Amino acid sequence: MSKTVLVCCGTGCLANGSKKVAGAFRQLLAGTDHQVECVVKETGCNGFCENGPLVQILPDDITYYKVQVQDVGEIVEKTILAGAPVERLLYKNDAGQRVRSQQENPFYAPQMKVALRNIGKIEPSSVEDYMAHGGYRALKKALTMTGEEIVRELEASGLRGRGGAGFPTGTKWRSAMELERFPKYVACNGDEGDPGAFMDRSILEGDPHSVLEGMAICALAIRAEEGFLYIRDEYGLAVHNVQEAIAQAEARGILGEHILGSDRRLKLSVVRGGGAFVCGESTALMASVEGRVGEPRAKYIRSVQRGLWDCPTVLNNVETLANVPVILEHGGAEFAKLGTERSKGTKVFALVGKVKRTGLVEVPMGATLRHLIYDIGGGVKGNRPFKAVQTGGPSGGCIPADMLDLPVDFDTLKARGAMMGSGGMIVMDDRSCMVEVARYYIKFLSEESCGKCTPCREGLRHMLAILTDICEGRGQESDLELLEQLCDTLEDASLCALGKSAPNPVRTTLKYFRDEYEAHIKEHRCPAGVCTALTRFVINPDKCVGCGACQRACPAGVISGSGKKVPRVIDNTRCIVCGSCREACRFDAVEAKGRAGL
Amino acid sequence: MQVDMQTITDILHNYPAQQRYSLAMLQDMQRHFNYIPREGMEALAEYLDCPLSSLYAMATFYKALSLKPKGRHIIKLCDGTACHIRGSVNLVGGVERLLGIQAGETSADGQFSLELVNCLGSCALAPVMVVDDTYYGKVTMERLPEILGQYREEGQP
Ligand SMILES: Cc1cc2nc3c(=O)[nH]c(=O)nc-3n(C[C@H](O)[C@H](O)[C@H](O)COP(=O)(O)O)c2cc1C
Ligand code: SF4
Ligand code: FES
Ligand code: FES
Repeated sequence: MSKTVLVCCGTGCLANGSKKVAGAFRQLLAGTDHQVECVVKETGCNGFCENGPLVQILPDDITYYKVQVQDVGEIVEKTILAGAPVERLLYKNDAGQRVRSQQENPFYAPQMKVALRNIGKIEPSSVEDYMAHGGYRALKKALTMTGEEIVRELEASGLRGRGGAGFPTGTKWRSAMELERFPKYVACNGDEGDPGAFMDRSILEGDPHSVLEGMAICALAIRAEEGFLYIRDEYGLAVHNVQEAIAQAEARGILGEHILGSDRRLKLSVVRGGGAFVCGESTALMASVEGRVGEPRAKYIRSVQRGLWDCPTVLNNVETLANVPVILEHGGAEFAKLGTERSKGTKVFALVGKVKRTGLVEVPMGATLRHLIYDIGGGVKGNRPFKAVQTGGPSGGCIPADMLDLPVDFDTLKARGAMMGSGGMIVMDDRSCMVEVARYYIKFLSEESCGKCTPCREGLRHMLAILTDICEGRGQESDLELLEQLCDTLEDASLCALGKSAPNPVRTTLKYFRDEYEAHIKEHRCPAGVCTALTRFVINPDKCVGCGACQRACPAGVISGSGKKVPRVIDNTRCIVCGSCREACRFDAVEAKGRAGL
Repeated sequence: MQVDMQTITDILHNYPAQQRYSLAMLQDMQRHFNYIPREGMEALAEYLDCPLSSLYAMATFYKALSLKPKGRHIIKLCDGTACHIRGSVNLVGGVERLLGIQAGETSADGQFSLELVNCLGSCALAPVMVVDDTYYGKVTMERLPEILGQYREEGQP
């Protein structure tokens, strides 16, 4: 009998010590004459990093969470040798029952994995493992097809770009295919600059060959012989795994001079990003690949026509490309059965922020926000009231509670001023200040604006100044109108999509959370208790039980009182308004008030 | 750190003399020296036969590159959205107090540089901090002294 131990070695689990866990399994399973033959594999991210390191045992289909080195002996003895679970390491579902399989885990059960199909199952460092799971079959098939046939499948699939804009992938490939100018290039956008998102990272790390295969299929279709993967420099493991995958694929004759022994060739290489958000924009990315400053250019001529070195270039996002082999293998029509009318397939989201279960989730397009946040995510952390969910990164918007039943796809959210974007989904509770959130994004964008065009460079600076004033108590009623005017200017006159979409966070918060802006301006109060200049924390003596948790948490040491049942008191003149006491209090006794009277 | 011309030459000669490799060469220098020395910029300009100013434009545009020496240990504190929502602001203050430097600065003894970054791709572990290449998830104010302590040299405060 043989068993497989899958140890998650994505970045999250590595941070929690999974390398040592894998080592411990190898050590314990080596050399002994057990009845059971066992393979230990180090996989990519299973998406549930918060509960890592994850260990899955096959064929028993048991998954353990938060496994530490000292647990390994027990797992080997009970599960691997005797087939019985170690109860305490199983996931506890919402009803408090321990569950063995991921299929019974409420985080995984509702998911449908297409782009993430192999992650967690295969060893990213092994091309054999990828092939054993069906890898490079689609490429083989593509070699028997004409470019036209490949593009038709893509068109039939309805696949739209996962990088944010949702442009139909088949259409893009067709434009490039029909141009008779050579050389042509394929490029993969792995810059993933949206803060709060890590879908592409997980794919590049955990299943790099799926992206390479997608690029190779594109190259066959458009007749390109060279390609680049632009990957964020911060993603060390992703860069490493992709480089290793390219080397393996070339050594095995899958890519390189003769794609799978044919007379077609493809040379792929990795370009490490320079750490600028704007380099995720297609024309800026191409400038950066060419070894220039990553500034966008005006897109009178699209980059499909004039991209890298002015040659026809197809640029696709990581997740887009990971879907391609599936489409080729099973046919575009099959893929188009998933999702909604105009958004086909699945989408990977990074569900993060104030939500109970955070991680990477993949669901069919059209799932509602409520399904994502409540069924999969388990609801708001600490059962606090839900306030908003921010989607689409810095160019997206904040969606309020009464829109939780909206289906998530390319078009629905856009119509509400937000966007699905690349898949970041940040849940916020009543302790998140929406003005501060808007300020946060505008600050991010003003730092990342490349400065080439005036509306974006100057407009963002002014918006930031106004929003900072509001957060610090210097806001005026006329500011809101001014903000709206600046939004219009940026939208109309910016050169690239960074500037054009920059107003979204401000617009949506102004539209759906105007009362919070007004509380800051008119009452000098931050309802969420986040803006330090407008907040005073007070302990409600009726609720305080005198446990002292707040005193232990306070980094400034300004909470006085002792003894059980004696309410504590905060010295507001010395308080640094960090909110540690409020986070620490389990009785909701710490309340946020305005600073009036201080 | 002493700038060793041989190292610079070695880094450059890992790549063909083409503009498209300029970013990679600058990144390699950054990694090796913790900054881009002037000697490196000049050697690169000569190698690629391009104006020095175009390389300065790159070195100042890309955040991964710096013209000033950085500390031996680089602390990247995430202030990306997921971390921000989970209280990274307080950690920034905490690290600043512990090291006596502001974000973006290097300590006087050259031990630490503190950088605020916009997402380290481990948002599910927010708030996240990376020291050199080691990830720390769910960082709290209480854990900060212990984490940073590991990197202090013997006899340092
Ligand atoms: C400021 C800005 C940043 C962007 N960042 C990314 C990114 O990090 N990753 C990505 O795939 N697309 C990003 N995009 C979108 C790309 O410009 C481009 O649309 C996409 O890579 C095309 O691939 P797709 O059609 O497969 O989505 C960004 C766009 C803008 C304007
Ligand atoms: S909109 Fe902003 S980022 Fe885009 S080109 Fe103009 S200044 Fe640069
Ligand atoms: S790294 Fe293991 S679940 Fe994400
Ligand atoms: S926002 Fe901090 S790791 Fe992503």
